Amino acid sequence: MDGARASARFGPLLAGLTAVAVCLGAWQAIAALGLVSNLIAPPPSAIAASFPALIAEEGLFPRFAQTFAEAFIAAGLAVVVGTPFGWWLHAKRWAGRAYESWVATFAAAPLVLLYPLFLVILGRNAGTIIAMSFLTAMPAVVLKTKEGLDGIRPVLVNVGRSFGLGESQLFWKILLPASVPTICNGVRLGLIYALISVVGIEFLINFGGLGELIDDLAQRWETAMMYGAISFVVLTSMCFFYLTEKLERWIRPG
Amino acid sequence: MSPAAASALVVDGVTKRFTTPDGALTALEDVSFAVRPGEFLALIGPSGCGKSTLFNIIGGLTGGFEGQVRVDGAPIDGAHRAIGMVFQEESTFPWRTTLDNVAFPLEVAGMGKTERYARAKNLIKLVGLDGFENRYPAELSGGMRQRTALARTLAAEPRILLMDEPFAALDEQTRLLLGDRLLQIQQALKQTTLLITHSIAEAVQLADRVVVMTYRPGRVKRVFDIDLPRPRNSEIVSSAAFGHYVAQIWNDLREEAAKGLDESEAIARRTGQH
Ligand SMILES: Nc1ncnc2c1ncn2[C@@H]1O[C@H](COP(=O)(O)OP(=O)(O)O)[C@@H](O)[C@H]1O
Ligand SMILES: [Mg+2]
Repeated sequence: MDGARASARFGPLLAGLTAVAVCLGAWQAIAALGLVSNLIAPPPSAIAASFPALIAEEGLFPRFAQTFAEAFIAAGLAVVVGTPFGWWLHAKRWAGRAYESWVATFAAAPLVLLYPLFLVILGRNAGTIIAMSFLTAMPAVVLKTKEGLDGIRPVLVNVGRSFGLGESQLFWKILLPASVPTICNGVRLGLIYALISVVGIEFLINFGGLGELIDDLAQRWETAMMYGAISFVVLTSMCFFYLTEKLERWIRPG
Repeated sequence: MSPAAASALVVDGVTKRFTTPDGALTALEDVSFAVRPGEFLALIGPSGCGKSTLFNIIGGLTGGFEGQVRVDGAPIDGAHRAIGMVFQEESTFPWRTTLDNVAFPLEVAGMGKTERYARAKNLIKLVGLDGFENRYPAELSGGMRQRTALARTLAAEPRILLMDEPFAALDEQTRLLLGDRLLQIQQALKQTTLLITHSIAEAVQLADRVVVMTYRPGRVKRVFDIDLPRPRNSEIVSSAAFGHYVAQIWNDLREEAAKGLDESEAIARRTGQH
């Protein structure tokens, strides 16, 4: 690879990392100069140093596993229910006209405020967390599925019909692959929303994984560890985003 | 043999009306012509005269018309195995490589991988895309993508090749060269071909006969026999006979094209006044 291509490829990545490094450096400097209390904003070095304790004493990994498992289940349910629902909104034009804007409204509603209701119905347990996160994740999946199917160029369907494809072959060989990029975006958004929702509700109802841990650390004024746990959530979801992109390329190249 | 059976494809009294917000629109009116086995017929008309509508009707994708389309004497009802379609718009599957695009009809017909790839590779060579088997459409030029679509249609071994302005989106030089390629293929496969086009030069370069259509409602205005020697290639465009045919057809078509132009200007004026 020659220099120009290497810089075209790694340039943006490098620029992004530089920006992060500059921000962290500035933060470190401000903390070192004593401009803000280390109790409120501990320097990045202290946050990094908190990880061994987070792992050994606060059970970071099992909590991480619990949070992500809940997010996965919620997002998985959202996909299982949301994609057929999106397909239905696409296939039945009257249904699309009747319900699409309702789903969009639902997506914009702050569902998290309903947590007392879910606590009463389902109790303070993983069920409440999964149910609420499922509802939070679903609209994105529904809307993106419909958008993907609506956006298929009619000529691609005509090609299939001219080759005599039946309805199910049309779906599997043309409609699905043609809409996969948009549907994958919906699934990815659903996962992110589910994760945010799981952490948020864990935090609110003081139950389970990373959300509860963050709340707990805040109560004990373990701010370095608290920021450590938060950065861990952010970093893992970034890795995760990257992996889903790779997965999508693999499912549907081109 | 009855006269009807002597034709590979017969379009018999086809009329198609659309209901639009502005009322009924007659896109095609009593269109009739026949294509002989192995013949290369070009159908030419101004934009909006109903060519694509007729293409979709013959291909069995549009119903609700009067009249009949017959293949080997039997009226068609939906997509017909004997007819292969090449569309005007970009129609390759972006998620498939050239090889998998071309093998598509064989794959859905249930043919095994080794055999369908072997056949697809032959067709890829035929359209001059060898070396690009594993590229995705996004990595190919417009002309290469259209050749991929052509090879994909040929893979289903249609007896009648039906094309709707397949080269319309390409530049003039590419169009001439792809025309040559198409002629070679058509002569090698002895394929009955119906090419829809708005380019007079393309029609004369390629066809045995040219059907000229009127502008809205689309009717058959005249049929020209193109008596140029075969095998032909694009060098023919510099011959006197070629120029003569082009002039004759333009003479007929000018009036129709002008009607189309007037109408689109009238529409522009109307919508401009809103
Ligand atoms: N589905 C449709 N509904 C209403 N009008 C249509 C439809 N399809 C085509 N038309 C109209 O029929 C006429 C012929 O269109 P088309 O067959 O695409 O022409 P061409 O391919 O010759 O440019 C145009 O006026 C177009 O607006
Ligand atoms: Mg057209």
